[in-house]
Amino acid sequence: MKPFTYARANDRADAIAQAADATYIAGGTNLLDLMKLEVMAPDKLVDINRLDLSEIGVTDDGGLRIGALVTNSDCAAADRVRRDYPMLSRAILAGASGQLRNKATTGGNLCQRTRCYYFYDTAMPCNKREPGSGCQALHGFNRIHAILGASDACIATYPGDMAVAMTALDAQIEIEGADGETRLVPIEEFHLLPGDHPEKDNILTAGDLITAVILPPPVEGQQIYRKVRDRASYAFALCSVAAIVKMDGETISSAALAFGGLAHKPWRDPDVEALLVGEKPSTDLFGRVADQLLAEAKGYGSNDFKIPLTRRVLISVLKEATDQGASA
Amino acid sequence: METTELSVNGQIHKLEADSRVTLLDALRNHLGLTGTKKGCDHGQCGACTVIVEGRRINSCLTLACMHDGDEITTIEGLGEPGNLSALQSAFVAHDGFQCGYCTPGQICSATAMLEEAKAGWPSFVSDDLDGPDALSDEEISERMSGNLCRCAAYPNIVDAIRQVAGRQVAGAKS
Repeated sequence: MKPFTYARANDRADAIAQAADATYIAGGTNLLDLMKLEVMAPDKLVDINRLDLSEIGVTDDGGLRIGALVTNSDCAAADRVRRDYPMLSRAILAGASGQLRNKATTGGNLCQRTRCYYFYDTAMPCNKREPGSGCQALHGFNRIHAILGASDACIATYPGDMAVAMTALDAQIEIEGADGETRLVPIEEFHLLPGDHPEKDNILTAGDLITAVILPPPVEGQQIYRKVRDRASYAFALCSVAAIVKMDGETISSAALAFGGLAHKPWRDPDVEALLVGEKPSTDLFGRVADQLLAEAKGYGSNDFKIPLTRRVLISVLKEATDQGASA
Repeated sequence: METTELSVNGQIHKLEADSRVTLLDALRNHLGLTGTKKGCDHGQCGACTVIVEGRRINSCLTLACMHDGDEITTIEGLGEPGNLSALQSAFVAHDGFQCGYCTPGQICSATAMLEEAKAGWPSFVSDDLDGPDALSDEEISERMSGNLCRCAAYPNIVDAIRQVAGRQVAGAKS
């Protein structure tokens, strides 16, 4: 690990004042891992763990405000989350291990970085780690890589589960900026596609402090989080689907679908959801929905399998969500 | 250098160490508590699991200086020869190890995991989110997935944990 100075922030203003030339540390489970490998080498860490951001509270409109320092464990076990946003509990419990969920925080988890092998290997070129050096994954080992929204500069995926459920739930990220102003950013706008600047994972700029995630009031409908991975536990998603589907009699009245493991950000496509609304559930319909989702999908060799895999997982989830039987 | 006060197994230690020192290295190299093991040093194997403020964490993935004032329990604090904890005894009785390197982490992890289950925390394999009535083998395996055993003593580890869980978790929801 490269040397760095360490400072503990006492409150939000203190944290933001110190942050101009520093990196925040909360749970640290991803950051310290990357610092040990010298993939990241901040000169200064500002420890925000003592900030008063560990509460889950109800918002004026009946939604939920999850403080940025609420641990993944506490969020998944919170009564309100379990009762009203079960897909969020399920998504969090599908990720990492008990030990990591006890440290990982809501804000930090949003900022976790890709697990692309080349990003982690400092002997290799990587446009995300070292802009302009090239992407070795394009023609290399890319089993875990993106099939949607990638660029020639980067085919890495966002690795998390929590944010995928939050995307289907229309969460907003509350951010306090260096100017002291608080702004709300829809989670769909928080993470970025790689484009020509894969070094930027998200919209945060120097000094920005995530203070909370805001969930809208609970929505009706069946909530499902399905994750497919290479081993039964403690592994990142090859493909995950977060689905909220509401039926009105025999037809689907609303649908929200978000996908993990497929792109540089949790993936959501309104055209895919629109195909479902007002329709009667059928295997034929779900096939057309999958066709729409994957119309622009592109494999890079080792991850070609993700295209039929995603198709099957989506159809299976939609069958379950509309009580058409859970099997694909 | 950072000055940090750690309460380890009930004893206060004043640590003067570089900011880069992980909690794991502080315990082993600065405080001489070598029961906690370094496996992967990247949060993947769980050998370094300790209990901080009642929660199990990977001590390799946290800085000692971030834990000023925290209460830390290591394997040395759970029991000692002649006065083993229930899980320590159960690991011996069920032969829950081969080489033993992962064992301190397994036992610290299981100790805190049983508290999580008693508190009604669900897991990925729980049928509903209300938490488990009892810990099935599937529940134990899922909840312990952050602790690897290279000797693959898993069946005996699950036996040991099930023996203690059967006494502790049953009835927690009643």
